[in-house]
Amino acid sequence: MTGRDDERVRPVRITPCPDGPLLVRGPVEVVGADGVPVPARRRTVALCRCGGTAAPPWCDGTHKVNGFRTADPEPEVQAGRPGATVER
Amino acid sequence: MTVQLSPAHVAGPQSSMPLPTPRGPVGEALLRLLTGAVTDPAALHDAVAATLAAPAGSWLEHDDVQVALTCMYELHYRGLDGVDDDWEWQPDVLAARAALERVVESELRERVTVAVPQETSAAAVAAALFALASSDDGPSMSRWIARRAQREHLAELLVHRSVYQLKEADPHTWAVPRLGGAPKVALVEIQSDEYGAGDPERQHAALFAQAMRGLGLDDTYGRYVDHVPAITLAHPNVMSMFGLHRRLRGAIAGHLAAFEMTSSVPNRLYGNGMRRVGLGADVTEYFDEHVEADAVHEQIAGRDLAGRLVEQDPTLGADVVWGAAACLALDGWWAGHVLGCWEADASSLRLALT
Repeated sequence: MTGRDDERVRPVRITPCPDGPLLVRGPVEVVGADGVPVPARRRTVALCRCGGTAAPPWCDGTHKVNGFRTADPEPEVQAGRPGATVER
Repeated sequence: MTVQLSPAHVAGPQSSMPLPTPRGPVGEALLRLLTGAVTDPAALHDAVAATLAAPAGSWLEHDDVQVALTCMYELHYRGLDGVDDDWEWQPDVLAARAALERVVESELRERVTVAVPQETSAAAVAAALFALASSDDGPSMSRWIARRAQREHLAELLVHRSVYQLKEADPHTWAVPRLGGAPKVALVEIQSDEYGAGDPERQHAALFAQAMRGLGLDDTYGRYVDHVPAITLAHPNVMSMFGLHRRLRGAIAGHLAAFEMTSSVPNRLYGNGMRRVGLGADVTEYFDEHVEADAVHEQIAGRDLAGRLVEQDPTLGADVVWGAAACLALDGWWAGHVLGCWEADASSLRLALT
């Protein structure tokens, strides 16, 4: 099985990084408010959640300098198939 | 699916490294041996023994030792122009390298000390590494570049960085077969991105070569080794040492984590400095790419690579944090040299750029 086939059956995994972005692993398409897909240049992407990024919707590391803090601990989320599971 | 072959230059430099100019007796004896000018290794052993017997300051700033190490390590990468590949595993060269590595590692162990992490969960290790990276008080090259750099400073910056960036990611790749499970998968996930994720033109080394050409520099692999001081060579040399020794697999994992954690914000500043002096996307693409890429990589490297590695084997915790601290220290010492020269209106290079 190739990696590409593998992606079709594996759920998308979203990891909330402490004090940082949402790390998204899996085949997702991010679209802007206008419905136009935002080109992603890598398989695993980090979505900004501190609001400070200069490259939305992607994380650019700004959370490290603007004091962004998240609740602790947070669940890791798997989505993309019926009955999405929540780990931990 | 159609595979389109790219022109050679975008696929990344393929050639071996031009022979560097030795900066002392060790390098001279080494290159005479490697090029076949002599066959007796005694002169190399004598030169190493004599040099190590008379320490003159930091081995990381010792030009002869760092150039010799650069040549020795290069045998494991692309090779040296005109040097037989069989030298890679030649026992006399390996023995000489081991002797030089001992003093380099021992100096680093002495100068870079960090507390052994008490908590060995992946999350705790990642948090400790992020805290280490954010508390780094080394001189800020990126802020200087963003605010003050002129074109000639940017050219010098790329010349220094080219020693490593034209083989970007390669030293950490040595760790792949030395790891298992989650840390191995995390490292490969990062490296895949570094190597273009299936697109030769997106290899970070290829993007760096493009930036060099955009600034009128020669992107030939190893072209500027003679131009840079020992402290510039020391960092890639230490990466190779960490990567090539299974014993130091914790250090190379920690090194990568620190490298990624101090990349996205500085690279945005580098890009801003370059735009400020009117450089175009061909030059800034490499830096802009790293803003997003390393915001992903730092999370994977901190938790899934370094963190899970320590979870698997808590005895590696000390070296993971030490490798990270060594990365920050080497970068700081290098930046101190370069900014010191620039503040004094001097070049930070040994040879003028022509």
